[in-house]
Amino acid sequence: MTAAIRTVGLTKRYGSVTAVDGIDLDVPPGDIYGFLGPNGSGKTTTVRMLLGLVLPTTGTVEVLGARIPKHARSVLYRVGALVEAPAAYGHLGARANLSIMDAAGPGASRRTRRARIDEALQQVGLAGVGRRPVKAYSLGMRQRLGIAAALMRKPELLILDEPTNGLDPRGIQEIRQLLLELNRSAGTTIFLSSHLLAEVEHLCRRIGVVDRGRLVLQDSLAALRAPTGSVVLRTPDPEWAIGVLDGDLRERSGDRLVVRAADPAELNARLVGHGIRITELTEERRSLEEVVLAATTVSSDRVDRAAPPRTVGPRAEVLSSDAGDESAWDRPPPGPPMPLPSRRARSVPAQPEPDWSRPADSRRDQFAPDQQERAPDPARSAERRSEAGQAEAGQAEPGQAEARSGESA
Amino acid sequence: MIGVELMKMLRRPRTWVVIALIDALPTLVAFLLALTDVGPRPGTGPAFLSAVLNNGVLFPAAALAIVLPLFLPVSVAIVSGDSIAGEAQAGTLRYLLARPAGRTRLLVAKLVTVLVFVAMAVVVVVVTGYFVGTSLFGTSQLAGGNIVSVSGEPLTGQQAVLRTLLAMAYVAFSMLGVAAMAVFLSTLTDSPLAAAMGALAFLVASSLLLTLDAADSIRPYLPTRYWLAFVDLFRQPILWRDIVRGVGLQALYVAVLLGASWANFTTKDIKS
Repeated sequence: MTAAIRTVGLTKRYGSVTAVDGIDLDVPPGDIYGFLGPNGSGKTTTVRMLLGLVLPTTGTVEVLGARIPKHARSVLYRVGALVEAPAAYGHLGARANLSIMDAAGPGASRRTRRARIDEALQQVGLAGVGRRPVKAYSLGMRQRLGIAAALMRKPELLILDEPTNGLDPRGIQEIRQLLLELNRSAGTTIFLSSHLLAEVEHLCRRIGVVDRGRLVLQDSLAALRAPTGSVVLRTPDPEWAIGVLDGDLRERSGDRLVVRAADPAELNARLVGHGIRITELTEERRSLEEVVLAATTVSSDRVDRAAPPRTVGPRAEVLSSDAGDESAWDRPPPGPPMPLPSRRARSVPAQPEPDWSRPADSRRDQFAPDQQERAPDPARSAERRSEAGQAEAGQAEPGQAEARSGESA
Repeated sequence: MIGVELMKMLRRPRTWVVIALIDALPTLVAFLLALTDVGPRPGTGPAFLSAVLNNGVLFPAAALAIVLPLFLPVSVAIVSGDSIAGEAQAGTLRYLLARPAGRTRLLVAKLVTVLVFVAMAVVVVVVTGYFVGTSLFGTSQLAGGNIVSVSGEPLTGQQAVLRTLLAMAYVAFSMLGVAAMAVFLSTLTDSPLAAAMGALAFLVASSLLLTLDAADSIRPYLPTRYWLAFVDLFRQPILWRDIVRGVGLQALYVAVLLGASWANFTTKDIKS
C-alpha cells in the first residue's frame, strides 16, 4: 500500500533561514501519527507543504500516493485539514460556510451535500447550531466547525494542526474519541501536529519529533516508551537494599531507588528474600515528555532572546553510556551534543543546588546561561552556549562516578 | 467555483451597501436639479447635466459621468482589493486552497466576480438614472421630436438606448484597469485595505499627471486618460478615436496586471 504521507528530503528556505531541513516523513495508511516539536521548529511549514500551500525549496511530498503540489487537485479532496486556527466567513452560519467550502473544490457531490453537512455537524456536536453567524461563535465552537469542515467528505487522511485548541477538557475528550472512532471504523489516517504532549500521548501510535527544522526522531510510541531496563522502588530500608543491590544501583533519593534490573519480579524476590520491605516497585519507563525533551534542544523562539533560566525538568539520559535504551532511537540528535542534566546526580540529596552566581561552565546540572551572561548577539550566545555545553558534558562523567561510588560505599 | 464566488459576493451585505451608495449620489444630484431647476451652464460641470434639464432620457449617461471619476473606481478597488487579500486575512484562503480550489481557478473566479460586480453597479446606476431622470425631468422633448446629442444633432430614441448601452459597456470596461491593479496588489499583500488603497493611489497619481502639462508625453498611457471618452458616444456621428484607444489601453493594463497577479499568486507561499 502506498504511504498516506511520504516526504523525501523536504526542505524550505526563506532567504538564509532554513525553516524545514531535509524532513523524511513516513506515515503508513491507517496510522495515527503525532508530529511534535517546539514552537517555531517547522511543524506548521511542513503541514503547509503537505497541503500545497507552501512550495518546498527542495525535496518531494507525496500524499496518498500523489505528488504535491503538482497533482494536488487529484488527491487533496480526499484529505481533511485543519491548519493552525480554523477560519470561516463570519457573516454566514455554519451550514453556509460548510456548503461554500464543499462547493469550492472537486470530489463533492451537490446531491449529498446537505446530508454530509448535517452528519459532520452532528459528529462535532454542533447539530443544533442553527443560523447564527460564525462571528458570534465561541473559540471552541469555531474549532468544532473547523473540524467539521475537515470531516465533511469522509477523508482518508486527516491533517490536523492543534485540533483541540480552544476546547475545554470535555470537548478535548469528545474530539479525541471522535478521532479514535474514525480511525477504528473507517481506517482514517490521522496526522496530528501538536506541541501538546498529553494529546499526542493519548492518541498517537507513532510520533515524529521535529527540532529546528529537522526530524530528529520517528518511531512508534510503544518503542519509545519501552522499559528502560531499570526498576524504580521505594523501601523503608534503603541502606539494606543498597547493600544487597551492590553495583546495580543507578540513583537514589531518600527512600526511592532506581536499580538496573532486567526482571522486576526477580529483583523483588531477591530483595524480599533478604528481608527488605518494599512499598512500591515499578518498571521505569520514559514519559513522552522525557523523550521529546531529550530529542529537542531549545525552543526556537529562544534564539534571539537571551535565555531565561530554564526550569530543569526531567530529562532522559540519552547521552550517558549507561542509559541502556539507545536502541530505541532512530538517530542521535543533530548538532553538537547538548549537555543533559544527569538525573542521578540531581536526585542525590547531598548534591548542592545549582549555584546561579557561579559562571555557567563551572556549573553542572543546568545549561541555561545565567542572566548576567546575556549577550545580545545570537551568534555569540549560541557559540558560548555550545562551549559551555562541552565543558559541562565533560564534567558530568566524573561527577556521576563520584556520586555512584559515594552511594555504593 | 465561479458560482461559489458569485454567491459569496451576492450574499455579502457590503456588496449591496456599496452599490446603494454609488447609486445615491446621482439620485441626489437629480433631486437637487429638479428642485432648483438650476443646471450647470453648457460646457461646465459633469457631462450631460446641462442637457438633462430638458430631457430626462439623457440622465442615465449623466449619472454614469457623475460616478465614473471617483465613486465607481473606489468601489471597484474595494471589492477587487478584497478578492485574495480578504480571504488571506480571514484565514479562509488556506482552506480554499487546501480544499483544493486550485490557485488559477480561484483567481479566475475572483476576476469574474469583480466583473459581475462592476456590471451590476453600472446597470443599477443606469436603471435608476433612467427612472429618476424620466420621472423628474420628463420626456416631453422626446415626444415632440428628437433627443439632442452633445454635438447638437438630434438622436432618435432607438439611437439613445443603443448608445447608453455602449456607454455602459465602455464605463464597465474602463474599470477593469483599476480592478486588475487591485487584484494584483491583493495577491501581494494580506491586507485588503492596503490593496484597495494602493489601487486608488495608482488612480490618483494618474489623474494628477493628466492635469500636468509636463507629463504630456506619457499622457496617452495613463489609465484614466480615456475614461470620459464615453461622452463621444453621444456625439453625432460617434467619435470613435478615443473610445478605441481607451479600450486598447485598458486591455493592455488588464493583460499585464492580471499576468503579474497570476504569476505571483500561483508561485506564492500561503502563510496567512
